This record gives sequence, structure tokens and C-alpha cells, in this order.
Amino acid sequence: MSFHGPHLLGIRDLSKTDIGEILDAAESFRAVLDRDIKKVPTLRGKTIVNLFFEPSTRTRTSFELAGKRLSADVVNFSQSTSSVVKGETLIDTARTIEAMPAEILVIRHPHSGAAELLARHVSASVINAGDGMHEHPTQALLDLYTVREALRRVEGLRIAIVGDVLHSRVARSDILAFKTMGASVVVCGPPTLLPPGLAEWGADVTVRIEEALRDADVVIALRMQMERQNAGFVPSLNEYAVLYGLTRERIDRARPGLLVMHPGPINRGVEIAPEVADSAASLILNQVANGMAVRMAVLYLVAGGASA
Amino acid sequence: MNERRVKAEIMDETAIDRALSRIAHEIVERNKGTHTLVLVGIRTGGVHLAGRLAEKIRKHEGADVPLGEMDVTLYRDDFGRRAISSKLKPTILPESIEEHDVVLVDDVLFTGRTIRAALDHLIDYGRPRSIQLAVLIDRGHRDLPIRADYVGKNVPTALKERVEVKLREEGGDDRVVILEEEGAS
Amino acid sequence: MILVRGGRLIDPASGTDAPRDLLVDGGTVAGIEEPGIIRPEAANEVIEAEGLAILPGLADVHVHLREPGFEYKETIASGTRAAAAGGVTSVCCMPNTRPVNDCGAVTRFIVERAAADGAVNVFPIGAATKGSEGDGLSDIGELVGSGCVAVSDDGRPIVSPAVMRRVLEYSRIFDIPVVNHCEDLGLSAGGVMNEGKTASALGLRGIPGASEEIMARRDIALAELTGARLHVAHVSTAGAVRAVREAKARGVRVTAETCPHYFLLTDEAVGRYNTNAKMNPPLRSAEDRRAVREGLADGTIDAICTDHAPHQADEKEVEFDRAPFGIVGLETLLPLSLVLWREGVMPLMDVVRRLTQTPAEIMKLDRGRLAPGLPADLALVDLNAEYRVDASMFHGKTRNTPFDGWTVRGRVERTLVGGVTVYRRGRE
Repeated sequence: MSFHGPHLLGIRDLSKTDIGEILDAAESFRAVLDRDIKKVPTLRGKTIVNLFFEPSTRTRTSFELAGKRLSADVVNFSQSTSSVVKGETLIDTARTIEAMPAEILVIRHPHSGAAELLARHVSASVINAGDGMHEHPTQALLDLYTVREALRRVEGLRIAIVGDVLHSRVARSDILAFKTMGASVVVCGPPTLLPPGLAEWGADVTVRIEEALRDADVVIALRMQMERQNAGFVPSLNEYAVLYGLTRERIDRARPGLLVMHPGPINRGVEIAPEVADSAASLILNQVANGMAVRMAVLYLVAGGASA
Repeated sequence: MNERRVKAEIMDETAIDRALSRIAHEIVERNKGTHTLVLVGIRTGGVHLAGRLAEKIRKHEGADVPLGEMDVTLYRDDFGRRAISSKLKPTILPESIEEHDVVLVDDVLFTGRTIRAALDHLIDYGRPRSIQLAVLIDRGHRDLPIRADYVGKNVPTALKERVEVKLREEGGDDRVVILEEEGAS
Repeated sequence: MILVRGGRLIDPASGTDAPRDLLVDGGTVAGIEEPGIIRPEAANEVIEAEGLAILPGLADVHVHLREPGFEYKETIASGTRAAAAGGVTSVCCMPNTRPVNDCGAVTRFIVERAAADGAVNVFPIGAATKGSEGDGLSDIGELVGSGCVAVSDDGRPIVSPAVMRRVLEYSRIFDIPVVNHCEDLGLSAGGVMNEGKTASALGLRGIPGASEEIMARRDIALAELTGARLHVAHVSTAGAVRAVREAKARGVRVTAETCPHYFLLTDEAVGRYNTNAKMNPPLRSAEDRRAVREGLADGTIDAICTDHAPHQADEKEVEFDRAPFGIVGLETLLPLSLVLWREGVMPLMDVVRRLTQTPAEIMKLDRGRLAPGLPADLALVDLNAEYRVDASMFHGKTRNTPFDGWTVRGRVERTLVGGVTVYRRGRE
């Protein structure tokens, strides 16, 4: 066990060795998921609480099934932050839930840093399932796993991340994760959606998608939300699709064998054309399947580390 | 951990080979041939031993016995009681174990807890006709009602001693030694 | 009669930095003489100041005392005790109380409460607009008549340029400064920390430095247009320093203040969502920090203040986005400011000047200097004493400081207001 502490708060805290171990462990869980009986008894008697302060069917379901397939008891606690506004703070809520008691808290929260805050105040292990615009470490780990599975390596690859990087926790975690594992990363999007200081993270930055795709082995398209149009970050989703959408033509002009990923849910016809999302180059469904194996690995390592 | 020193060498390369040959014969004899056999090595020492047994059976019977390897970590009963290993390896079994006679292979049989985990693990893959156990060393001190069907050598030991099976697949020579804590009488 | 004997007087107004004995009579300074001239028999009390610096009591022109309305955060009594412990003998308190200090009644309440419970002098700053809502002017004449020394809508900027212009014009009747929190709210767009690499990495919305500079430049243009006095609150950016420097060179009547955190910390202090490093304006870049230091050194920035903004721990122990802006500063103002001297940014005399003489002059206080006939407000300071900041020992009600645990030098040993000891270390 080599996590720094009993939590998984962000890729920022993980070394190359840590990540390698998580991915290796995930392979074992992937093998479990390929069996008829997709369940192991490892976390019998442990309780995992999914604390979701933001709607998310995919990630919550993935964590829920991952926990159940490790034989843990899994409780879902969903709350909109509006009811928290009524007076109960995140700390209050978490302490109440922890008293049940629970060994692992999986948190999804609209505010950056919420997982850190939680980890400072509870004795349970905390897994960040996405906090605001900060990090989404298990998504980045499953992206790494998916790339490694498809191309047998990550080191030396060129990864393009295209879209609304400014508001994307997936992008932040992916940049850190792929850089840590020795890939090079190029980030692309309209300047209104690129966070300041990106270059200082060691990623290349471009506003032209052709340039981003030119040498890429894998392109990760980010979800483009309607709110960005309304808030004036882009003139329209239509223009965004024209300038930055992953279209068949763009993929055809890129390096042969370019693989396409997307954290989901997809806005078909906006950041990715339907024929690209459904093509042989698309790893989108592999990402979903691998997500559960990676989350089982994380739960397993966190649970083992926390009580050791 | 305390320093350990070798107290005695209990098997050398020849002894190990001889024991494995005998076990291979016993397995074939007891199962009346090889056509229902599956050998599954328990990681890590058991994997190499299962491979050697399969090789011996091929030599004598001219038949390829399906081989598997198993990591029982996820089925252990001491999860969380001690630092877990993050070096998990996938379990790889032959296509089907249904209606087969599965021989689990391990290097040392001690408390029986690893074998208990292996039995549970195996059952999650299907329903074998029988499960048998082959070990190179049985050192006693069982915590569970488990016994081996094939034993290379029974070795009486003290609880705090350790039996180490070294195999050439891991580098070095084949040998089995008993280690004791430095300073122990 | 009290004799303060054996100390080193540092009084920027008179340019004195020398051993001096002070005689205090009835709350005012009766005499300042070279050692030995005033005979101890003349006094009925002798305060030994051997090894200590005698400073004019500090004047902090930007403090939130929270009373009335937020007494759980701070009161006039607790806030002024914190001031006394920090060697601060005069504070100007901002009007963002509940109710807002936008009328004579609230001002008089503060003045009376300060007279009754306050450990140090309290000079209220009135709201520039009614309810600090940025529309109609408050009754500025009544505010000044009741004791306000300036007007401000602090906590928020006066957004409308037309309203700001009227406030500035109207302030000329009284020749008081208009203090503006310079921030373009549209550009800040809900930001919670400085825009830059750290905010990007933490996934927090950024407030660009330009947000401050744009508003400072607007206000300077309006001060130039109206001939009124503008005081730029808590300068944090290179852009605002530049704007003020240029304006002063043109003869615009503008003054400026900054706080220790802007010349000591950068946005990296937010670290892992430390809400005690969240204030508005936010901690900026290293380049901004350097510019603020330069601004202090060349006199562009006139005053060092605290923007003392108490918040309870449970208010701060929330998601960074939801935590209130603000940190306390009264009890660390002096040692943190002395860093400027120790690091060679400016001479000790100038550091003391920006803590005493210039802020008092901006608010036209009869304070910030020591001379016969003036109030005997002074701080006795061991300039060399080194100690760790321990927020749990603060005299104010809250502990929200990013400097907790810092090792600092320069300790206030004793504070006198009007000749009365209001703080003595270890004798509380």
C-alpha cells in the first residue's frame, strides 16, 4: 500500500508507482468482472457511503457496483446542495453519516476542495468522485487504464484533450495523470475555456484542433455544456461544434489509429460526431467497463490501507 | 522483522525432484489418468510447482494437463488486519473447471487459511467434480480442518520457525530450508 | 504624571529616532526630553522602557469591528482589545455592520459604545450610499457631524461611476476621503481567489488583477474630475500601484493603503483550500507582491492597515467557495510590517510612518505622532523579541489568520491610550 494516507483526493497526490499499482490491481478486478460470478468477498463487513451532492448516475452507479462486487455494504446518500444551504454544513452531514459507521466515504460535490475538507474532518477514508472544477481522479485512472489496455503502454504517447478545460475536473486529473505516466499532453479549446497558467503544468496548449490532433495517439473530448453558451464563453454550441467538434473528417486527417475517448455523457453532434462516437476508434464503452474495475481497485487499496 | 538464519536444509534439488515425481504419479494414479485433470498453482511458489508437475505428467503420460494460476488475496480472511499487498495478479484458469478434478498446488501447507481462500475462489469459477490438494511441504500447525492429498515431505516445525521453498524459477537453486529467528535456541 | 523612561523614541513626524524620556500629564504628552533631563520626582509613576522602542500608537484605517449586528464575530470591546494588544491605538471601523452605518444614529451608537467599552480610539467610517447599496448618497453631513472621518461602501465597490462621482463631489464639503474597495465585479465574476496557476490547479474561480486596476483607474479619473480626495483601499496588484503612482505624479488627491498579507504572501498560500488565506482582494502573484513592496518603499502606498475581518471558525470551515472573505490582523500588524525593514524594503522609520503618521493624516486624526500637547497614545515595543504567532492567544473573538504559527520579530510590550495603559503583556 503506497497511497499517501488513507484517501484518494486527487491525482496530484499520486506518484508514478502509486498509479502503476492501482492499474495493476485493476487488472485483477477486470478479470473478476469477466467471470460469471462477478463478486469477491474482500470487503465483507465494510460500509461504503456514496455521498453525492450533485446528480451523477454514471459515477455513482459505477462506485455502487464496484463496492457491491467487493461485498461491501453500499449506501447511497444523495443530497442537493440546496438542502445543505439550509444550515447543515458538509462537515455536519459527513459526521452524521460517518457515525453509522462507515469505513469509506465516496464524495461527489459541486465545490472544488470538498473532498479535501471532508478528509480533514472524518476518520473514514475519503475517495474523491469529482469535486467542482478540481479533480476526478478515478476518471483519470480509468482513462489511463483504457489507454494502456488498448495500446499496451502510456509512456511516450501523445494525448490530446479537447474542449472546456476551464470547467473540467476530468481535464485537470487527466493532464496530471498522463503527464505522471510519461505521456505528453496537448490541450486544446477556445481561449475562453482554457484556464490561465496551463502551460506551467507542462502541457502544450493550442487553440487549433487540427494542431492538437496532428501527432496525437489518443484524443479525449470533454463534455460541452449548454451553460457555457448562455454564460458567453462560446457564441453558440453550433459554432463550437464547427470549430472544435470531433468529426469524421478531422479524425481521417489525423494520424491513422487515433483513438477517441470521452468521459460521458456525450453531447452527440456537439463535441463529438455520432459516427465518431460509435466508430471502431472509439473506446468510450471500454471506459465504462474499465471504470468499475479501477474503482474496485481503488476501494480495495484504500480500505486495506486505512485499516492496516 | 527480526533477522532470521537458516537452521536446517531439509530438501535439496534431488529430493525436491524426487518428491514431485512421486506426487505426479500419485495424481495420475488416483484420478485414473489425466483426461479430467486440471492443475492450479497458488501464487507464487505453487505456480512453479504446478508447472513442474504438468511437465512430469506430460513426460510420463504424454498428455497435456490444463494449467491455471491463482491469486487468493481477494479471498483472504485477514484483509485489513495487516498491510495488504497491492501487487495483485489476475487469476487465470482454464476455460472450464466444471466436471473436472482440480488439483490445487502450493509450496507449504501451514495454517490452512490460504487453502480455504483458494477453495472459495475456485468455487466462484464453477463446480468442479473434486478438488484435491498437493503440497511440497506440510509443516503442521493447522487452524482449519484441511489436509493435503499429496505431500512431498512432512516436516515437524516450531510455530515461530519459517519454512522457505526456494525454486530456480525465481533465481538460485532448488532447496527447502527452515529459518529461525536470530538468537532463538 | 507618568514618566516613560529609558526608551528609544521613533517618531516619524518629527524625524526622531533617539533615546528620549516622555512625560505624560492628564492624557497628553507633556514633554519629550533627552534622557536624564526630566527628573523622576516629577512623576508619580515611572514606566521603564529600557531596551524598548517607543512608537506613536498605530493607526489602523481599515478595521471591521462587526458591532452592531455581528457581535458573535467581534464587538467594539473585543476588537479594540485586540487592537491594544497589537499596539494599535486608533482604529477606523468600516460601516458594513447590521444595520449599516449610514446614519448619525448608528455612528453615535458606535462612538458611545467605544467610549464605554473600547480600549482604543474608534473613528467610524460612514457608508457612502444608503445601506451601502450603491444608489442614493447617505446623509454624509450627518455622518461627519456624528463622528465619521471618511465614507466608504467597503466590502463592495461603488459600482456606478455616476454615483461614485456624486459621492466624491459631495465629500468636498467636508474634505473627507472617499474610500473605495476597488473591484470590477463583472470581471471578478464570482471569483474566490486570485486568477492564475494556483486557482487553475485548485479548480477555483479566479479574480484577475485587472479587476482591481480597472476600478482604481476609474476612481482616479473621477477624483481628478471632481478634485475630491480618493483613498484606495487594500491595494493588492501591480496595476493598482502603478495607477496610484501615476495619479500622484499628476497631482491627483489620492492616497492608498495595503495590508501585510499583500506584501508577505502570494496566492500559493491558499495551498490546499486554506480558507484563512481567503480575503478580498485576494492574495496575488509574486510579481504583485513585489510591486506592493515597491509602492510602500517609494511612498505610492501611504498606509499599512489590516482590513481586520473576523469570522468564526465554523464559518471558515466550509467549502472554499462558500467561506466568507477576510482575515484578522490587528494583533500581527506590527511584527508583520517590520519584515519590510528586516528585509531591506524600507527603513524602520518609514515602516513606522506608514503605520502611524500617514494613516492618521489621511483621516485627519490628531494622532500618529508624539509631541507635547498631543494625546499620549503610544506603544512600547521590543523590536528584537522573536516569538511564534499563536492565534489561540488572540484577544479578538476569532482566529482566522494565515499567519498562525509564523515566527515573527517585534513584540508589543505595553500600549497606552491617552496616558492610560490599555495593554501590558502578561498582565491581562
